[in-house]
Amino acid sequence: MTERTGQVGVRPGVRPDSGPGGPGAVRARRPKGRPLLYTAYAQDMALLDTRAKKAGLALLLGAAVLLSGLPDDLLVLLAAGYVAAIGAIGLNIVTGYAGQVSLGHAFFVAVGAYTAAAVSGDPGGRTLGFGITSMLVWLPAAGAAAALAGVLVAPLAARLRGLYLAIVTLGLVFLGEHVFKEWDHLTGGPGVGRPAAVPELFGFRFDADSALGTRAQSLYMLMLVLLVVFAVAARNLARSRIGRAFSAIRDRDIAAEVIGVPLTRYKTLAFAISSGYAGCAGALMYTVTGFFDPGSFNLLMSVQFIAMVLIGGVATVSGAIAGALFVTLLPRITQELPALLPFVSADTTQTPNVFQIQVALYGLLIVLFLVFEPRGLFGIWIRARAYWKSWPFSY
Amino acid sequence: MTGGAREAVPPVLKVEDVGLAFAGVKAIDGVSFEVAPAELFAVIGPNGAGKTSVFNVLSGVYRPQRGTVTFLGEDVIGRPPHRIAAMGLARTFQNVELFHNLTVLDNLMLGRHHHFGYGPLQALLWLGRARREELAARARVEDIIDFLDLAAWRRHPVRLLPYGVQKRVELGRALAMEPRLLLLDEPVAGMNLEETEDMARFVLDIRDELGVPVVLVDHDMGLVMDLADRVLVLDFGRPVALGTPAEVQRDPKVVAAYLGGAP
Ligand SMILES: Nc1ncnc2c1ncn2[C@@H]1O[C@H](COP(=O)(O)OP(=O)(O)OP(=O)(O)O)[C@@H](O)[C@H]1O
Ligand SMILES: [Mg+2]
Repeated sequence: MTERTGQVGVRPGVRPDSGPGGPGAVRARRPKGRPLLYTAYAQDMALLDTRAKKAGLALLLGAAVLLSGLPDDLLVLLAAGYVAAIGAIGLNIVTGYAGQVSLGHAFFVAVGAYTAAAVSGDPGGRTLGFGITSMLVWLPAAGAAAALAGVLVAPLAARLRGLYLAIVTLGLVFLGEHVFKEWDHLTGGPGVGRPAAVPELFGFRFDADSALGTRAQSLYMLMLVLLVVFAVAARNLARSRIGRAFSAIRDRDIAAEVIGVPLTRYKTLAFAISSGYAGCAGALMYTVTGFFDPGSFNLLMSVQFIAMVLIGGVATVSGAIAGALFVTLLPRITQELPALLPFVSADTTQTPNVFQIQVALYGLLIVLFLVFEPRGLFGIWIRARAYWKSWPFSY
Repeated sequence: MTGGAREAVPPVLKVEDVGLAFAGVKAIDGVSFEVAPAELFAVIGPNGAGKTSVFNVLSGVYRPQRGTVTFLGEDVIGRPPHRIAAMGLARTFQNVELFHNLTVLDNLMLGRHHHFGYGPLQALLWLGRARREELAARARVEDIIDFLDLAAWRRHPVRLLPYGVQKRVELGRALAMEPRLLLLDEPVAGMNLEETEDMARFVLDIRDELGVPVVLVDHDMGLVMDLADRVLVLDFGRPVALGTPAEVQRDPKVVAAYLGGAP
C-alpha cells in the first residue's frame, strides 16, 4: 500500500462504466513515453503498474532462477531464506499492516511444522504419522491448523494493545516450548526430534536427486515458486478492502470502527492469515533439513522474524522478503568472522563466540534500523531510487 | 428552507432525553432533538458544552446512561460503531482522525468498506468479484475526489497534507460511505476564510445535491447562522434553546450562555 505513495497520479482519462459490460471492461493502452498516464482504473490499480516494475520483477525472477546453478550448500541456504520469507510476510500482515505486535510467531510456525509432519509422517514410525505425503494435503492442513490457533489467540488482541499484547504472545512461545517438549509422541522429544514433512507432489519427490536436478536444486525451485505464490497473495490482500482495514486499525482504531470496520473481526482475521502463513512456512522449513527438534521454536525464532520485518521494512511485502534473506544469510557471514577476527571464537563455550555475535547483531541491526531508517531495507531502496531518478540533481 | 414540511415525514434521527455522565461530570443532560430529511441542523454551545459527546453517543462511541436514539426508525443505543456506520451514519472528527500513513485514495476507499461484499479468500486471489468491486468503488471514490477537488493529492499520504486539505479528505471519507446522515464536528475549525467558504459550499452541496441531512457543530457563529435550518444550543450539557437561527439569536438565555452567566 505504502509502496506506491511516491508517485504522482495523473487523472485517469477514461472511466470504466458500471453498465452491463461491467467496470474494467475498458482495456486501455498507455501512450508511449507517458509511464504515469493511466487510461483506466484497472491499469492504475494493477499490482505492477509501470513497465519499469514489470521489467524489474522479471529480471529479479530470472536472476533467482539462474541462481539454481549455485553450489548445493548455498542453494539449501537460499531455499531456507525463501521459506523464512513466507513466514516474515505472514508476521508483516499482523504486525506491519494491522499493527498488532506479536512475539508468538514461532509458536504458529511450530503448529504448522508439526501438523505437516504428522499428516505426512510414517504411520508405522516412532512418532505420530498419517502417511499422507502429498503437499497438496499437508501444506493446506498446516496453514489451516496454524490459522485456527491464530483465531484462538486473537481474542487477546481484541483486549490488549502494544506492549501488553507483545508480552502475552511471548507467553505463547514459552507455553508451546513446554508442550512440544513433553508431547514426545508428536515431536519425538527434545534432543531427538522427528522427521519433517515429506515434500512430494504428484509422486515427485523434491527431497531427492532426480532427472530434473539435484535435491538442493529441486527444493530451491519449489521454495522459490511457493514464495512467489505467497508473496503475490499477500500483495493482493494488502491492496484489498481487508488490507486497507488492517492499516486503518493500525493507524486509528476508533476512526476505523466509526467508518464501519469491525475491530475484533479484523484483528482476528489478521491473526488468522498471519498464522496461516507462519504455519505454511513451518511446514516447509524443515523439509530442507529433513529433521527437526522441539527446541527450535523458541524466543530467538520469534525475534528473528521480528528482525526480518523491521530490517526489511514494515508493511511491505518486498521488504519482508529482503529482510528474511538478510537475516537468513547473516549467520553465513558471521561464520567467516573467526577467520577474519582472531578474538572471535567458533566454539560456543568461549566468549565472544559467533553465536553470541549473531544474536547481538540482530539486536543492533533492529535498533539501528529503527533509529535511522524505520522503513528498513525498503526505505533504503526508495531513497536509492529517488537518488537515481533525480540524478544529477541529487539534493 | 425545509423547516416547514418537517412534521409530515418521519425524522431521520430522533434523540430523546439523552443523558451521559463521566464519573460525576454530566457531559449531556436531557438532550432531545430531531433531524428531518435533507435538513441542515446545527448544534452550538461554549467549550465543554457537550457537542462532541452528543456525536459520540450518536455514532456509538459512548453509551449514554439514559435516553433513546432512533436512527432511520431503529434504536441504535448499544450497537457497536461499525454497525451504526453500516446503517448509514457517517461523521468527521473535531481533531482530524484520518489514517495517516495511507494515501488520500486509500482513506476514501476505506469509507466504502461496508459496501464491499467479497471475503478474505477472494482478496488473496484477487478473483473476479474482488477486482470488480474494487474497480466500481474506485469509480465512486473518483467522483468524490472530483467533487471535493482533491485530485492533486490523490496519491499523497494524508499525514503530509496541509490541515485544511486533511479536513476535506475526512469529509470525503465520510461521503464515500454514502451516508444517510452526516455529522460534522467543527469542519472549519482552524481554517482561513477561503477554506471556510469552500467548506460551506461543500456542506450546502451535500445537502442540496445529494439530499443528505447534516448535523453541524461549529464555533463559527456566522457560518452556523447562514447555513443551518435549525439550531440547538447546549450549555453544560443541557439544552438552552432550539429553533431557527433567527429565533435562537434573539433568545436571552442564549445570549447569557455565551456571555458566561449561565441561568
Ligand atoms: N471521555 C471523556 N472522559 C471524561 N470526560 C469527558 C470525556 N469526553 C468528554 N468529557 C467531558 O464532557 C464535557 C463535554 O465535552 P465535549 O467534548 O462533548 O464538549 P464540546 O462541546 O465538544 O466542547 P468543544 O467546543 O471544546 O469541542 C466536558 O466537560 C468534557 O471534559
Ligand atoms: Mg467538541
